[in-house]
Amino acid sequence: MSIVVKNLQFTYSANSPYETRALKDVNLTINEGDFLGIVGHTGSGKSTFIQHLNGLIRVQEGEIEVFDIKLTNAKKPKPDLRKLRSHVGMVFQYPEYQLFEETVYKDVAFGPKNLGLSQEEINDRVKEAIELVGLDYEKYKDRAPFELSGGQKRRVAIAGIIAMKPKVLILDEPTAGLDPSGKEQILSLIKNLKEKCSPTIIVISHDIDEITRFANRLVVFNDGKVAFDEPMKELFKHQQELVEMGLDIPLAIKIANELKAKGIKLGENIVTMSDLLREIVIAYNKKNGTNIDVSKIRKSVFNFDFSNSNQEEVFKDE
Amino acid sequence: MNNFSFGQYYPTNSLVHRLDPRTKLIFTFVYMIIVFLIKSYMGYLFTAVLLASIIFTSKVPFRVVIRSIRAVLFLLFFTLIINLLFYNEGKTVFEWNFIHITMGGIDYSIKMLFRLTLLVMGASMLTFTTTSTELTDALEALLKPLTYIKVPVHDLAIIMSIALRFIPTLMEETQKIMNAQKARGANLDTGSFFERIKAMLPILIPLFVSAFRRADELADALDARCYNATDKRTKMKKLKFGLTDYLSFVGTIVFAVLVCLDAYMAGGAYIDGLIFSVIMGA
Repeated sequence: MSIVVKNLQFTYSANSPYETRALKDVNLTINEGDFLGIVGHTGSGKSTFIQHLNGLIRVQEGEIEVFDIKLTNAKKPKPDLRKLRSHVGMVFQYPEYQLFEETVYKDVAFGPKNLGLSQEEINDRVKEAIELVGLDYEKYKDRAPFELSGGQKRRVAIAGIIAMKPKVLILDEPTAGLDPSGKEQILSLIKNLKEKCSPTIIVISHDIDEITRFANRLVVFNDGKVAFDEPMKELFKHQQELVEMGLDIPLAIKIANELKAKGIKLGENIVTMSDLLREIVIAYNKKNGTNIDVSKIRKSVFNFDFSNSNQEEVFKDE
Repeated sequence: MNNFSFGQYYPTNSLVHRLDPRTKLIFTFVYMIIVFLIKSYMGYLFTAVLLASIIFTSKVPFRVVIRSIRAVLFLLFFTLIINLLFYNEGKTVFEWNFIHITMGGIDYSIKMLFRLTLLVMGASMLTFTTTSTELTDALEALLKPLTYIKVPVHDLAIIMSIALRFIPTLMEETQKIMNAQKARGANLDTGSFFERIKAMLPILIPLFVSAFRRADELADALDARCYNATDKRTKMKKLKFGLTDYLSFVGTIVFAVLVCLDAYMAGGAYIDGLIFSVIMGA
Protein backbone atom coordinates (compact mmCIF):
# COMPACT_ATOMS: atom_id res chain seq x y z
CA MET A 1 0.00 0.00 0.00
CA SER A 2 1.65 3.24 -1.03
CA ILE A 3 -0.93 5.81 0.06
CA VAL A 4 -3.53 5.51 2.82
CA VAL A 5 -5.98 8.34 3.48
CA LYS A 6 -8.23 8.26 6.52
CA ASN A 7 -11.12 10.60 7.40
CA LEU A 8 -9.67 13.52 5.48
CA GLN A 9 -11.61 16.78 5.82
CA PHE A 10 -10.83 20.22 4.46
CA THR A 11 -12.52 23.64 4.62
CA TYR A 12 -11.50 26.70 2.62
CA SER A 13 -11.64 30.18 4.30
CA ALA A 14 -13.18 28.88 7.50
CA ASN A 15 -15.30 31.39 9.50
CA SER A 16 -15.85 33.80 6.64
CA PRO A 17 -18.66 34.30 4.15
CA TYR A 18 -16.52 32.51 1.57
CA GLU A 19 -16.35 29.33 3.66
CA THR A 20 -16.54 26.14 1.58
CA ARG A 21 -16.19 22.57 2.76
CA ALA A 22 -14.17 20.98 -0.01
CA LEU A 23 -13.60 17.57 1.55
CA LYS A 24 -15.99 15.89 3.97
CA ASP A 25 -14.52 12.64 5.17
CA VAL A 26 -12.46 11.03 2.42
CA ASN A 27 -11.14 7.49 2.90
CA LEU A 28 -9.01 5.92 0.19
CA THR A 29 -6.18 3.45 -0.17
CA ILE A 30 -4.00 3.64 -3.25
CA ASN A 31 -1.93 0.54 -3.98
CA GLU A 32 1.39 0.28 -5.68
CA GLY A 33 0.84 -0.37 -9.37
CA ASP A 34 -2.60 1.25 -9.47
CA PHE A 35 -3.53 3.11 -12.60
CA LEU A 36 -6.12 5.22 -10.88
CA GLY A 37 -8.55 7.53 -12.61
CA ILE A 38 -10.30 10.23 -10.57
CA VAL A 39 -13.52 11.70 -11.93
CA GLY A 40 -15.99 14.17 -10.48
CA HIS A 41 -17.39 17.48 -11.63
CA THR A 42 -15.93 20.90 -10.80
CA GLY A 43 -15.98 21.57 -7.07
CA SER A 44 -16.26 17.92 -6.05
CA GLY A 45 -12.98 18.19 -4.14
CA LYS A 46 -10.70 16.14 -6.36
CA SER A 47 -8.10 18.87 -6.87
CA THR A 48 -8.04 19.65 -3.15
CA PHE A 49 -7.59 15.97 -2.48
CA ILE A 50 -4.60 15.41 -4.75
CA GLN A 51 -2.86 18.51 -3.43
CA HIS A 52 -2.89 16.89 -0.01
CA LEU A 53 -0.95 13.92 -1.34
CA ASN A 54 2.30 15.79 -1.73
CA GLY A 55 1.91 18.23 1.10
CA LEU A 56 0.87 21.33 -0.86
CA ILE A 57 -2.14 21.64 1.42
CA ARG A 58 -1.66 21.07 5.11
CA VAL A 59 -3.98 18.46 6.62
CA GLN A 60 -6.74 20.07 8.72
CA GLU A 61 -8.52 16.96 9.91
CA GLY A 62 -7.73 13.30 9.33
CA GLU A 63 -4.60 11.43 8.41
CA ILE A 64 -2.57 10.58 5.31
CA GLU A 65 0.25 8.08 5.06
CA VAL A 66 2.40 8.23 1.95
CA PHE A 67 4.93 5.38 1.99
CA ASP A 68 6.38 5.88 5.46
CA ILE A 69 5.65 9.60 5.75
CA LYS A 70 2.73 10.54 7.99
CA LEU A 71 0.77 13.74 7.39
CA THR A 72 -1.52 14.98 10.15
CA ASN A 73 -2.63 18.32 11.53
CA ALA A 74 -0.07 18.09 14.34
CA LYS A 75 2.70 20.71 14.20
CA LYS A 76 5.33 18.18 15.32
CA PRO A 77 7.01 16.08 14.11
CA LYS A 78 7.38 18.01 10.87
CA PRO A 79 6.95 15.74 7.84
CA ASP A 80 9.94 15.57 5.50
CA LEU A 81 8.31 17.47 2.62
CA ARG A 82 11.31 17.25 0.34
CA LYS A 83 11.31 13.48 0.60
CA LEU A 84 7.53 13.40 0.15
CA ARG A 85 7.74 15.49 -3.01
CA SER A 86 10.46 13.30 -4.44
CA HIS A 87 8.13 10.30 -3.93
CA VAL A 88 4.97 11.93 -5.24
CA GLY A 89 5.28 13.92 -8.46
CA MET A 90 2.52 16.29 -9.44
CA VAL A 91 1.75 17.51 -12.94
CA PHE A 92 -0.73 20.38 -12.63
CA GLN A 93 -3.26 21.51 -15.20
CA TYR A 94 -1.52 23.35 -18.03
CA PRO A 95 1.92 22.49 -16.63
CA GLU A 96 3.60 24.44 -19.44
CA TYR A 97 2.76 27.65 -17.55
CA GLN A 98 5.34 26.78 -14.91
CA LEU A 99 8.32 26.82 -17.30
CA PHE A 100 10.73 29.62 -16.48
CA GLU A 101 14.32 28.80 -17.41
CA GLU A 102 16.32 29.91 -20.43
CA THR A 103 16.86 26.41 -21.78
CA VAL A 104 14.95 23.15 -21.73
CA TYR A 105 17.89 21.50 -19.98
CA LYS A 106 17.92 24.00 -17.10
CA ASP A 107 14.18 23.81 -16.64
CA VAL A 108 14.10 20.03 -16.42
CA ALA A 109 17.10 20.15 -14.07
CA PHE A 110 15.24 22.42 -11.61
CA GLY A 111 13.55 19.57 -9.75
CA PRO A 112 16.55 17.22 -9.45
CA LYS A 113 18.71 20.17 -8.38
CA ASN A 114 16.26 20.94 -5.57
CA LEU A 115 16.59 17.34 -4.44
CA GLY A 116 20.28 18.03 -3.86
CA LEU A 117 21.61 15.44 -6.34
CA SER A 118 25.13 15.45 -7.76
CA GLN A 119 25.77 17.19 -11.09
CA GLU A 120 26.42 13.84 -12.76
CA GLU A 121 23.16 12.36 -11.51
CA ILE A 122 21.27 15.49 -12.58
CA ASN A 123 22.76 15.20 -16.07
CA ASP A 124 21.71 11.57 -16.40
CA ARG A 125 18.21 12.20 -15.13
CA VAL A 126 17.59 15.21 -17.37
CA LYS A 127 18.72 13.29 -20.42
CA GLU A 128 16.61 10.29 -19.50
CA ALA A 129 13.51 12.41 -18.75
CA ILE A 130 13.68 14.42 -21.96
CA GLU A 131 14.01 11.26 -24.03
CA LEU A 132 11.27 9.52 -22.08
CA VAL A 133 8.77 12.24 -23.05
CA GLY A 134 9.71 11.67 -26.67
CA LEU A 135 11.95 14.63 -27.43
CA ASP A 136 15.43 14.45 -28.92
CA TYR A 137 17.81 15.42 -26.12
CA GLU A 138 20.61 16.86 -28.27
CA LYS A 139 18.18 18.80 -30.41
CA TYR A 140 16.09 20.33 -27.63
CA LYS A 141 18.33 20.71 -24.58
CA ASP A 142 19.59 24.19 -25.51
CA ARG A 143 16.33 25.52 -26.96
CA ALA A 144 14.34 28.12 -24.99
CA PRO A 145 11.16 26.47 -23.65
CA PHE A 146 9.07 29.49 -24.66
CA GLU A 147 9.74 28.98 -28.36
CA LEU A 148 8.45 25.40 -28.43
CA SER A 149 4.96 24.39 -29.56
CA GLY A 150 2.16 23.87 -27.02
CA GLY A 151 2.42 20.08 -26.98
CA GLN A 152 6.22 20.19 -26.76
CA LYS A 153 6.09 22.68 -23.87
CA ARG A 154 3.77 20.36 -22.02
CA ARG A 155 6.12 17.44 -22.55
CA VAL A 156 9.08 19.46 -21.29
CA ALA A 157 7.05 20.38 -18.19
CA ILE A 158 6.21 16.71 -17.60
CA ALA A 159 9.90 15.85 -18.08
CA GLY A 160 10.64 18.35 -15.28
CA ILE A 161 8.52 16.26 -12.92
CA ILE A 162 9.65 12.80 -13.96
CA ALA A 163 13.31 13.84 -13.70
CA MET A 164 12.63 13.65 -9.96
CA LYS A 165 11.76 9.95 -10.43
CA PRO A 166 8.58 9.93 -8.37
CA LYS A 167 7.16 6.55 -7.35
CA VAL A 168 3.67 8.00 -7.65
CA LEU A 169 2.84 10.36 -10.49
CA ILE A 170 -0.29 12.52 -10.28
CA LEU A 171 -1.59 14.26 -13.39
CA ASP A 172 -4.40 16.82 -13.27
CA GLU A 173 -6.22 17.03 -16.64
CA PRO A 174 -3.07 16.18 -18.60
CA THR A 175 -4.72 16.50 -22.02
CA ALA A 176 -6.69 19.73 -21.44
CA GLY A 177 -6.43 22.17 -24.31
CA LEU A 178 -4.60 19.87 -26.72
CA ASP A 179 -5.69 18.84 -30.19
CA PRO A 180 -6.69 15.17 -30.80
CA SER A 181 -3.24 14.06 -31.92
CA GLY A 182 -1.60 15.92 -29.02
CA LYS A 183 -4.03 14.16 -26.69
CA GLU A 184 -3.14 10.76 -28.11
CA GLN A 185 0.55 11.49 -27.69
CA ILE A 186 0.15 12.48 -24.05
CA LEU A 187 -1.99 9.41 -23.34
CA SER A 188 0.55 7.00 -24.78
CA LEU A 189 3.27 8.94 -22.94
CA ILE A 190 1.45 8.37 -19.63
CA LYS A 191 1.25 4.63 -20.36
CA ASN A 192 4.90 4.59 -21.17
CA LEU A 193 5.73 6.41 -17.94
CA LYS A 194 3.92 3.81 -15.90
CA GLU A 195 6.19 1.12 -17.29
CA LYS A 196 9.47 2.97 -17.26
CA CYS A 197 9.29 5.53 -14.48
CA SER A 198 6.44 5.69 -11.98
CA PRO A 199 4.66 2.41 -11.21
CA THR A 200 1.67 4.14 -9.61
CA ILE A 201 -0.23 6.73 -11.62
CA ILE A 202 -3.20 8.88 -10.67
CA VAL A 203 -4.99 10.84 -13.38
CA ILE A 204 -7.77 13.38 -12.99
CA SER A 205 -9.86 13.81 -16.09
CA HIS A 206 -13.19 15.22 -17.18
CA ASP A 207 -13.26 13.08 -20.25
CA ILE A 208 -14.72 9.72 -19.28
CA ASP A 209 -14.05 8.19 -22.71
CA GLU A 210 -10.41 9.07 -22.33
CA ILE A 211 -9.97 7.85 -18.78
CA THR A 212 -11.58 4.45 -19.44
CA ARG A 213 -8.93 3.78 -22.04
CA PHE A 214 -6.15 3.38 -19.52
CA ALA A 215 -7.29 3.41 -15.88
CA ASN A 216 -7.72 0.07 -14.13
CA ARG A 217 -9.50 1.58 -11.18
CA LEU A 218 -11.86 4.53 -11.03
CA VAL A 219 -12.67 6.74 -8.05
CA VAL A 220 -15.65 9.08 -8.26
CA PHE A 221 -15.68 12.22 -6.11
CA ASN A 222 -18.99 13.82 -5.34
CA ASP A 223 -19.64 16.65 -2.89
CA GLY A 224 -16.37 16.19 -1.00
CA LYS A 225 -16.68 12.44 -0.60
CA VAL A 226 -15.63 9.31 -2.43
CA ALA A 227 -18.91 8.21 -3.99
CA PHE A 228 -17.57 5.15 -5.81
CA ASP A 229 -14.29 3.29 -5.85
CA GLU A 230 -14.41 0.39 -8.30
CA PRO A 231 -12.33 -1.54 -10.82
CA MET A 232 -12.79 0.18 -14.17
CA LYS A 233 -15.12 -2.43 -15.69
CA GLU A 234 -17.34 -2.51 -12.59
CA LEU A 235 -17.97 1.22 -12.13
CA PHE A 236 -20.59 1.54 -14.82
CA LYS A 237 -22.94 -0.83 -13.05
CA HIS A 238 -23.76 2.40 -11.20
CA GLN A 239 -24.42 4.33 -14.41
CA GLN A 240 -27.79 5.53 -13.15
CA GLU A 241 -26.21 7.13 -10.06
CA LEU A 242 -23.38 8.59 -12.13
CA VAL A 243 -25.83 10.32 -14.41
CA GLU A 244 -27.71 11.66 -11.39
CA MET A 245 -24.44 13.15 -10.12
CA GLY A 246 -24.17 15.00 -13.41
CA LEU A 247 -21.29 12.88 -14.69
CA ASP A 248 -20.93 11.59 -18.20
CA ILE A 249 -20.80 7.90 -19.04
CA PRO A 250 -18.65 6.51 -21.86
CA LEU A 251 -20.05 6.92 -25.35
CA ALA A 252 -19.66 3.14 -25.97
CA ILE A 253 -22.01 2.42 -23.04
CA LYS A 254 -24.58 4.91 -24.33
CA ILE A 255 -24.51 3.30 -27.78
CA ALA A 256 -24.72 -0.22 -26.30
CA ASN A 257 -27.71 0.85 -24.19
CA GLU A 258 -29.51 2.20 -27.25
CA LEU A 259 -28.79 -0.97 -29.25
CA LYS A 260 -29.92 -3.21 -26.40
CA ALA A 261 -33.13 -1.20 -26.12
CA LYS A 262 -33.73 -1.89 -29.82
CA GLY A 263 -33.51 -5.62 -29.09
CA ILE A 264 -29.98 -6.30 -30.31
CA LYS A 265 -28.31 -8.82 -28.03
CA LEU A 266 -24.88 -7.66 -26.91
CA GLY A 267 -22.60 -9.17 -24.25
CA GLU A 268 -21.73 -7.56 -20.93
CA ASN A 269 -18.58 -5.65 -20.02
CA ILE A 270 -18.82 -2.93 -22.63
CA VAL A 271 -16.97 0.18 -21.51
CA THR A 272 -14.67 1.30 -24.31
CA MET A 273 -15.24 1.72 -28.04
CA SER A 274 -13.05 -1.29 -28.63
CA ASP A 275 -15.31 -3.42 -26.36
CA LEU A 276 -18.36 -2.22 -28.24
CA LEU A 277 -16.85 -3.08 -31.62
CA ARG A 278 -15.97 -6.57 -30.38
CA GLU A 279 -19.48 -7.25 -29.12
CA ILE A 280 -21.12 -5.91 -32.26
CA VAL A 281 -18.97 -8.12 -34.49
CA ILE A 282 -19.65 -11.16 -32.29
CA ALA A 283 -23.41 -10.47 -32.41
CA TYR A 284 -23.28 -10.03 -36.19
CA ASN A 285 -21.31 -13.26 -36.69
CA LYS A 286 -23.77 -15.18 -34.54
CA LYS A 287 -26.79 -13.86 -36.37
CA ASN A 288 -25.52 -14.30 -39.93
CA GLY A 289 -23.26 -17.30 -39.46
CA THR A 290 -20.25 -15.29 -40.73
CA ASN A 291 -16.73 -15.38 -39.37
CA ILE A 292 -15.46 -11.81 -39.39
CA ASP A 293 -12.15 -11.24 -37.60
CA VAL A 294 -12.59 -8.60 -34.85
CA SER A 295 -8.94 -7.63 -34.59
CA LYS A 296 -8.67 -6.76 -38.30
CA ILE A 297 -11.61 -4.39 -38.27
CA ARG A 298 -10.44 -2.89 -35.08
CA LYS A 299 -7.03 -2.16 -36.48
CA SER A 300 -8.32 -0.44 -39.56
CA VAL A 301 -10.95 1.57 -37.62
CA PHE A 302 -8.66 2.91 -34.94
CA ASN A 303 -5.63 3.43 -37.16
CA PHE A 304 -7.77 5.48 -39.45
CA ASP A 305 -8.83 7.71 -36.59
CA PHE A 306 -5.51 8.32 -34.89
CA SER A 307 -2.72 7.71 -37.32
CA ASN A 308 0.31 8.61 -35.23
CA SER A 309 -0.58 7.17 -31.86
CA ASN A 310 0.48 3.99 -30.19
CA GLN A 311 -2.78 2.03 -30.32
CA GLU A 312 -1.34 -1.42 -29.63
CA GLU A 313 -1.25 -0.52 -25.94
CA VAL A 314 -4.97 0.04 -25.84
CA PHE A 315 -5.79 -3.40 -27.12
CA LYS A 316 -3.56 -5.26 -24.73
CA ASP A 317 -6.16 -5.38 -21.98
CA GLU A 318 -8.28 -7.96 -23.77
CA MET B 1 -2.42 34.46 1.09
CA ASN B 2 -5.76 33.22 2.38
CA ASN B 3 -5.68 35.75 5.19
CA PHE B 4 -5.55 38.58 2.73
CA SER B 5 -8.27 40.80 4.08
CA PHE B 6 -7.30 44.40 3.37
CA GLY B 7 -9.71 45.55 0.74
CA GLN B 8 -11.55 42.30 0.09
CA TYR B 9 -15.27 42.73 -0.49
CA TYR B 10 -17.29 41.32 2.40
CA PRO B 11 -20.83 40.57 1.24
CA THR B 12 -23.60 41.06 3.84
CA ASN B 13 -26.21 43.14 1.99
CA SER B 14 -26.48 45.68 4.80
CA LEU B 15 -27.70 49.28 4.68
CA VAL B 16 -24.11 50.41 4.12
CA HIS B 17 -23.64 47.94 1.27
CA ARG B 18 -26.77 49.23 -0.44
CA LEU B 19 -25.76 52.88 -0.30
CA ASP B 20 -24.94 54.49 -3.60
CA PRO B 21 -21.21 53.94 -4.20
CA ARG B 22 -20.82 57.65 -4.98
CA THR B 23 -22.05 58.48 -1.49
CA LYS B 24 -19.55 56.10 0.03
CA LEU B 25 -16.74 57.44 -2.10
CA ILE B 26 -17.53 61.06 -1.19
CA PHE B 27 -17.87 60.18 2.47
CA THR B 28 -14.54 58.34 2.48
CA PHE B 29 -12.87 61.27 0.75
CA VAL B 30 -14.25 63.78 3.28
CA TYR B 31 -13.52 61.40 6.15
CA MET B 32 -9.86 61.07 5.16
CA ILE B 33 -9.34 64.82 5.04
CA ILE B 34 -11.26 65.36 8.27
CA VAL B 35 -9.25 62.75 10.17
CA PHE B 36 -6.17 64.87 9.51
CA LEU B 37 -7.87 67.97 10.97
CA ILE B 38 -8.76 66.46 14.34
CA LYS B 39 -6.89 68.15 17.15
CA SER B 40 -8.23 66.71 20.41
CA TYR B 41 -8.80 63.33 22.03
CA MET B 42 -12.51 64.15 22.15
CA GLY B 43 -12.38 64.54 18.38
CA TYR B 44 -10.80 61.12 17.98
CA LEU B 45 -13.30 59.54 20.34
CA PHE B 46 -16.14 61.11 18.38
CA THR B 47 -14.74 59.85 15.04
CA ALA B 48 -14.09 56.39 16.47
CA VAL B 49 -17.72 56.16 17.65
CA LEU B 50 -18.91 57.23 14.21
CA LEU B 51 -16.69 54.62 12.52
CA ALA B 52 -17.81 51.95 14.99
CA SER B 53 -21.45 52.68 14.23
CA ILE B 54 -20.76 52.41 10.49
CA ILE B 55 -19.01 49.07 11.03
CA PHE B 56 -21.92 47.91 13.19
CA THR B 57 -24.48 48.90 10.56
CA SER B 58 -22.47 47.23 7.79
CA LYS B 59 -22.58 43.87 9.64
CA VAL B 60 -18.92 43.29 8.78
CA PRO B 61 -17.49 41.56 11.88
CA PHE B 62 -15.19 43.79 13.95
CA ARG B 63 -12.39 41.24 13.90
CA VAL B 64 -12.33 41.35 10.10
CA VAL B 65 -11.98 45.15 10.17
CA ILE B 66 -9.33 44.94 12.89
CA ARG B 67 -7.45 42.46 10.73
CA SER B 68 -7.10 45.11 8.03
CA ILE B 69 -4.79 47.01 10.39
CA ARG B 70 -2.47 44.05 10.54
CA ALA B 71 -1.15 44.86 7.09
CA VAL B 72 0.06 48.28 8.28
CA LEU B 73 1.04 47.27 11.82
CA PHE B 74 4.71 47.74 11.08
CA LEU B 75 4.07 51.23 9.72
CA LEU B 76 2.06 52.15 12.83
CA PHE B 77 4.79 50.91 15.15
CA PHE B 78 7.49 52.66 13.16
CA THR B 79 5.76 56.06 13.20
CA LEU B 80 5.05 55.66 16.90
CA ILE B 81 8.74 55.14 17.68
CA ILE B 82 9.95 57.90 15.35
CA ASN B 83 7.50 60.42 16.80
CA LEU B 84 8.35 59.48 20.37
CA LEU B 85 12.06 59.96 19.71
CA PHE B 86 12.13 63.04 17.55
CA TYR B 87 9.17 65.18 18.61
CA ASN B 88 10.61 67.16 21.47
CA GLU B 89 8.26 69.70 22.98
CA GLY B 90 6.99 70.24 26.46
CA LYS B 91 8.18 68.69 29.70
CA THR B 92 10.84 65.95 29.45
CA VAL B 93 9.71 62.74 31.12
CA PHE B 94 12.58 60.44 30.22
CA GLU B 95 16.18 61.10 29.26
CA TRP B 96 18.97 58.71 28.39
CA ASN B 97 21.95 59.44 26.16
CA PHE B 98 20.44 60.89 22.98
CA ILE B 99 16.89 59.81 23.82
CA HIS B 100 14.50 62.54 24.95
CA ILE B 101 10.93 61.64 25.53
CA THR B 102 8.68 64.59 26.21
CA MET B 103 5.03 65.02 27.17
CA GLY B 104 4.46 66.72 23.82
CA GLY B 105 6.05 63.76 22.04
CA ILE B 106 3.84 61.23 23.80
CA ASP B 107 0.76 63.33 23.08
CA TYR B 108 1.67 63.73 19.42
CA SER B 109 2.61 60.10 18.78
CA ILE B 110 -0.57 58.74 20.38
CA LYS B 111 -2.65 61.10 18.26
CA MET B 112 -0.76 60.00 15.15
CA LEU B 113 -1.42 56.38 16.04
CA PHE B 114 -5.17 57.08 16.36
CA ARG B 115 -5.13 59.02 13.12
CA LEU B 116 -3.50 56.29 11.05
CA THR B 117 -5.66 53.55 12.59
CA LEU B 118 -8.87 55.46 11.86
CA LEU B 119 -7.63 56.21 8.37
CA VAL B 120 -6.87 52.59 7.47
CA MET B 121 -10.03 51.23 9.04
CA GLY B 122 -12.19 53.86 7.34
CA ALA B 123 -10.62 53.27 3.96
CA SER B 124 -10.98 49.52 4.22
CA MET B 125 -14.67 49.96 5.14
CA LEU B 126 -15.15 51.41 1.66
CA THR B 127 -13.75 48.31 -0.03
CA PHE B 128 -15.39 45.92 2.40
CA THR B 129 -18.82 47.27 1.48
CA THR B 130 -18.34 48.19 -2.19
CA THR B 131 -17.52 45.91 -5.11
CA SER B 132 -14.80 47.04 -7.48
CA THR B 133 -17.35 47.48 -10.27
CA GLU B 134 -19.44 49.84 -8.16
CA LEU B 135 -16.32 51.71 -7.15
CA THR B 136 -15.22 52.29 -10.74
CA ASP B 137 -18.72 53.33 -11.76
CA ALA B 138 -18.80 55.82 -8.91
CA LEU B 139 -15.39 57.20 -9.76
CA GLU B 140 -16.35 57.57 -13.39
CA ALA B 141 -19.56 59.36 -12.48
CA LEU B 142 -17.83 61.73 -10.08
CA LEU B 143 -15.00 62.55 -12.50
CA LYS B 144 -17.38 63.10 -15.40
CA PRO B 145 -17.02 66.92 -15.35
CA LEU B 146 -13.37 66.44 -16.28
CA THR B 147 -14.40 65.21 -19.73
CA TYR B 148 -15.04 68.85 -20.61
CA ILE B 149 -11.34 69.52 -20.33
CA LYS B 150 -10.61 66.44 -22.46
CA VAL B 151 -9.61 64.06 -19.68
CA PRO B 152 -10.35 60.50 -20.90
CA VAL B 153 -12.37 59.61 -17.79
CA HIS B 154 -14.02 56.52 -19.22
CA ASP B 155 -10.69 55.12 -20.42
CA LEU B 156 -9.20 55.68 -16.99
CA ALA B 157 -12.19 54.03 -15.36
CA ILE B 158 -11.96 50.99 -17.61
CA ILE B 159 -8.22 50.70 -16.91
CA MET B 160 -8.93 50.86 -13.21
CA SER B 161 -11.70 48.30 -13.34
CA ILE B 162 -9.56 45.90 -15.38
CA ALA B 163 -6.70 46.33 -12.90
CA LEU B 164 -9.00 45.65 -9.94
CA ARG B 165 -10.65 42.75 -11.73
CA PHE B 166 -7.33 41.02 -12.28
CA ILE B 167 -5.98 41.28 -8.73
CA PRO B 168 -7.71 38.10 -7.53
CA THR B 169 -6.97 36.32 -10.81
CA LEU B 170 -3.28 37.05 -10.52
CA MET B 171 -3.28 36.09 -6.84
CA GLU B 172 -4.79 32.75 -7.78
CA GLU B 173 -2.28 32.36 -10.59
CA THR B 174 0.57 33.11 -8.17
CA GLN B 175 -0.72 30.47 -5.80
CA LYS B 176 -0.93 27.92 -8.60
CA ILE B 177 2.58 28.60 -9.86
CA MET B 178 3.93 28.54 -6.29
CA ASN B 179 2.34 25.13 -5.79
CA ALA B 180 3.73 23.84 -9.07
CA GLN B 181 7.25 24.97 -8.18
CA LYS B 182 6.93 23.67 -4.63
CA ALA B 183 5.94 20.31 -6.08
CA ARG B 184 9.23 20.43 -7.98
CA GLY B 185 11.01 20.88 -4.67
CA ALA B 186 11.42 24.68 -4.75
CA ASN B 187 12.31 26.06 -1.35
CA LEU B 188 10.66 29.43 -0.84
CA ASP B 189 10.72 29.94 2.90
CA THR B 190 14.30 29.51 4.08
CA GLY B 191 17.71 30.89 3.18
CA SER B 192 19.30 34.33 3.23
CA PHE B 193 17.65 37.44 1.80
CA PHE B 194 19.36 37.08 -1.59
CA GLU B 195 18.68 33.36 -1.75
CA ARG B 196 15.00 34.03 -1.20
CA ILE B 197 14.90 36.68 -3.91
CA LYS B 198 16.57 34.22 -6.26
CA ALA B 199 14.05 31.58 -5.24
CA MET B 200 11.24 33.94 -6.33
CA LEU B 201 12.41 33.89 -9.97
CA PRO B 202 10.72 30.56 -10.84
CA ILE B 203 7.48 32.19 -9.70
CA LEU B 204 7.88 35.69 -11.08
CA ILE B 205 8.88 34.69 -14.61
CA PRO B 206 5.87 32.44 -15.29
CA LEU B 207 3.65 35.03 -13.58
CA PHE B 208 4.82 37.80 -15.93
CA VAL B 209 4.51 35.54 -18.94
CA SER B 210 0.93 34.71 -18.00
CA ALA B 211 0.05 38.34 -17.18
CA PHE B 212 1.19 39.42 -20.64
CA ARG B 213 -0.64 36.53 -22.24
CA ARG B 214 -3.84 37.50 -20.42
CA ALA B 215 -3.43 41.15 -21.41
CA ASP B 216 -3.00 40.10 -25.04
CA GLU B 217 -6.05 37.86 -24.96
CA LEU B 218 -8.15 40.55 -23.30
CA ALA B 219 -7.10 43.13 -25.87
CA ASP B 220 -8.03 40.72 -28.67
CA ALA B 221 -11.40 40.02 -27.05
CA LEU B 222 -12.10 43.76 -26.75
CA ASP B 223 -11.11 44.30 -30.37
CA ALA B 224 -13.20 41.37 -31.54
CA ARG B 225 -16.27 43.01 -30.00
CA CYS B 226 -15.43 46.37 -31.57
CA TYR B 227 -14.93 47.89 -28.17
CA ASN B 228 -14.22 51.57 -28.35
CA ALA B 229 -13.74 53.18 -24.99
CA THR B 230 -14.34 56.73 -26.15
CA ASP B 231 -17.81 56.38 -27.62
CA LYS B 232 -20.87 57.12 -25.53
CA ARG B 233 -21.99 54.02 -23.68
CA THR B 234 -25.06 53.34 -21.61
CA LYS B 235 -25.02 51.55 -18.27
CA MET B 236 -26.90 48.45 -17.28
CA LYS B 237 -27.03 49.50 -13.65
CA LYS B 238 -27.70 53.21 -13.35
CA LEU B 239 -26.54 54.85 -10.15
CA LYS B 240 -29.34 56.52 -8.25
CA PHE B 241 -29.39 58.43 -4.98
CA GLY B 242 -31.99 57.33 -2.44
CA LEU B 243 -33.22 58.61 0.93
CA THR B 244 -30.39 56.97 2.86
CA ASP B 245 -27.91 58.65 0.54
CA TYR B 246 -29.33 62.11 1.28
CA LEU B 247 -29.34 61.34 5.01
CA SER B 248 -25.71 60.22 4.70
CA PHE B 249 -24.82 63.52 3.06
CA VAL B 250 -26.38 65.40 5.96
CA GLY B 251 -24.45 63.16 8.36
CA THR B 252 -21.21 63.78 6.51
CA ILE B 253 -21.70 67.56 6.67
CA VAL B 254 -22.56 67.46 10.39
CA PHE B 255 -19.48 65.35 11.02
CA ALA B 256 -17.23 67.69 9.07
CA VAL B 257 -18.64 70.78 10.83
CA LEU B 258 -18.20 69.22 14.29
CA VAL B 259 -14.59 68.30 13.59
CA CYS B 260 -13.89 71.78 12.20
CA LEU B 261 -15.34 73.26 15.41
CA ASP B 262 -12.89 71.07 17.25
CA ALA B 263 -9.99 72.07 15.05
CA TYR B 264 -10.53 75.81 14.72
CA MET B 265 -12.42 76.78 17.85
CA ALA B 266 -10.71 74.27 20.12
CA GLY B 267 -14.02 72.86 21.36
CA GLY B 268 -12.61 69.36 21.82
CA ALA B 269 -9.40 70.62 23.38
CA TYR B 270 -11.48 72.49 25.97
CA ILE B 271 -13.30 69.25 26.93
CA ASP B 272 -9.96 67.38 26.89
CA GLY B 273 -8.64 69.96 29.35
CA LEU B 274 -11.69 69.55 31.61
CA ILE B 275 -11.29 65.74 31.64
CA PHE B 276 -7.54 65.97 32.32
CA SER B 277 -8.03 68.35 35.18
CA VAL B 278 -10.63 65.99 36.70
CA ILE B 279 -8.18 63.07 36.39
CA MET B 280 -5.34 65.14 37.83
CA GLY B 281 -7.58 66.34 40.66
CA ALA B 282 -8.57 62.77 41.54
